[in-house]
Amino acid sequence: MDAKTAKASPNKQTEVLKLTTQGDREIVMTRAFHAPRRLVFDALTKPELVKRWLIGPPGWSMPVCEIDLKVGGSYRYVWRHTDGKEMGVRGVYRDIVPQERVICTERFDEAWYPGEALLTTTLVEQDGKTTLTSTVLYVSKEARDGVLKSGMENGVAASYDRLAELVSS
Amino acid sequence: MARHIGLMIETFKALADPNRFQIVELLLQGPRPVGEMVDRLHLQQPQVSKHLRVLNAAGLVAVRVDAQRRIYALRPEPLKALESWVERYRRVWEQNFQRLDGLLEEIKSKEKKRGRKNRKSLTE
Repeated sequence: MDAKTAKASPNKQTEVLKLTTQGDREIVMTRAFHAPRRLVFDALTKPELVKRWLIGPPGWSMPVCEIDLKVGGSYRYVWRHTDGKEMGVRGVYRDIVPQERVICTERFDEAWYPGEALLTTTLVEQDGKTTLTSTVLYVSKEARDGVLKSGMENGVAASYDRLAELVSS
Repeated sequence: MARHIGLMIETFKALADPNRFQIVELLLQGPRPVGEMVDRLHLQQPQVSKHLRVLNAAGLVAVRVDAQRRIYALRPEPLKALESWVERYRRVWEQNFQRLDGLLEEIKSKEKKRGRKNRKSLTE
């Protein structure tokens, strides 16, 4: 592993991860963190920090983490397993409100689903706790432009196919 | 690509259509003949039959013929596989977020130390 891995918090009680679906095209993940919003935002958007936690199951590390955090800028992540297997994803930032919201596209290198997914991450801080909500919207290539224009309204053709890649180790 | 992933994708594709999802929801209450599903879902018979063929190909339903009627029932296996897959997805993210907890604690304590040092230097 080429980056130091963060250890689980020893004192505070772990918050519960909520995983739900919204309509039939979206998966919504919600999780609270005992930290101010600006720190969570940093951890989500600064490569040297992202590399330390966004690494999935044991055996994986994140040797490539490039982030050009501006609207129209792109990001590139590559994960590597100790057995040599690699998995990569790239996307473009569509909307950024510092400490509050990031909307980006997401496409895995070996994606077999049509088009891209659209990922919306929002942070809400209350009483020193920050709640992260991450929504993945699965769009077809045809639907994508319309979706981005209409601000994620209806008429989206999609599937959950891509998600399987995240856990295909 | 692992075999179970391929099967999972077939399940997702089959369920991604709203009408097919409704059929599955209906069958969760018990086996039903095609005619009854046509009535309940306000769809045309050929449409329902087409959707049932897709669900059958994905292994989500089984059919038996009772006199003149074709009765469909859910097969639990793909749904169980889906459930365990969702569990694995959840576990991956739980691991990620627990590491993030640790990282945030680390940054907070670093900031606290730095803050103390700054305050000290101001009063000195």
